[in-house]
Amino acid sequence: MEVVYQLIEKNGLIFAFLVVGILMYLSNLVSTHLFKKKIPGVALAVFSGLLLALLGSKKGIADIPLFAGMALLGGSMLRDFSVVATAMGADLSKIKQAGWAGIVSLFSGVFFSFFVGVLLAFFLGYRDVESLTTIGAGACTYIVGPITGSAVGASSDVIAISIAIGVVKTIVATIGTPLIAKKIGLDNPHSALVFGGLIGTTSGVTAGLAATDPKLVPYGAFTATFYTGLGCLLCPSVFYFALRAFV
Amino acid sequence: MKIYGVALLAFCFLFGKLLGNYLGVWIGLKSDVGGVGFAMFFLMISYSYFKKKGIVNELTTQGIVFWSSMYIPIIVAMAATQNVKAAVSQGPIAVVIGVLVTLTGFLLVPLISKIGQTKNEK
Repeated sequence: MEVVYQLIEKNGLIFAFLVVGILMYLSNLVSTHLFKKKIPGVALAVFSGLLLALLGSKKGIADIPLFAGMALLGGSMLRDFSVVATAMGADLSKIKQAGWAGIVSLFSGVFFSFFVGVLLAFFLGYRDVESLTTIGAGACTYIVGPITGSAVGASSDVIAISIAIGVVKTIVATIGTPLIAKKIGLDNPHSALVFGGLIGTTSGVTAGLAATDPKLVPYGAFTATFYTGLGCLLCPSVFYFALRAFV
Repeated sequence: MKIYGVALLAFCFLFGKLLGNYLGVWIGLKSDVGGVGFAMFFLMISYSYFKKKGIVNELTTQGIVFWSSMYIPIIVAMAATQNVKAAVSQGPIAVVIGVLVTLTGFLLVPLISKIGQTKNEK
């Protein structure tokens, strides 16, 4: 058994290919036979991925040494590389056409996420500006939250909550997108661009779109990639000062 | 050769990330701002240019297609390596805010999608 463990730990990435391959095969089986393809296999695979993540903590299942390779396969390097590759099939003219809508969606996405987050935090009993700002920033993405939190000097438990909010957002986007896509008209490149700008969490947007219609992924990813930067720019500065003026 | 496609993809990726990082430094953030977006843009432009010139052939394309098809498995691996436990264990605050904020985002999609769309239909 020792030999097997050593082999797998040395070839973590290769083992991760095998694990994900099996996971996707099983998900597709369940999707076809149990759900009659009403819930896409990809959505099930992503969801079971999230469940597996519960086996570990900070790095999900990759906290278990045997599955450490999953962190490499699912890390930002390979993720971004493959997202960029999807652009090959994207239509530049469609992105140009949606230009304004994309920009508006980015700004309103950051604006609404932040202020809805702040408002809810206020109702839940937070009163100091630093905590409110950090929680609002966490409602953008789980990267904007901690960056803003440390910039305005929020306490570490509030920063932890802001990260958690961002992760919940990613999860809800992943699971919710395929369920709600039809109702919000998310079936063309134009609305996918807007969607990416509004939700902003690259992982949630791309996973959600992949489960809805893989053709839409490049468009959503295109705007989402600017979202975190915009959030890091606005939350600790303009939004923070605006809140200070109010509270 | 397939490696040409992968190399083109790698070039666009690095060049886009470089631009994103410089943009980040320029506006005073130490992170990548829009790097993936720039990279996607470069790939779209260069791929269609090379294709028009006839430099890109079927095999070159396959090198890029392979990586774009690895996208979904990578997302599954990414999902399995998220800190889901923290999200769940922070209690109802994180869940309530996270869910409501995302739903607000969903509901805004049809509203903002209208921008530019009526113009296209003419």
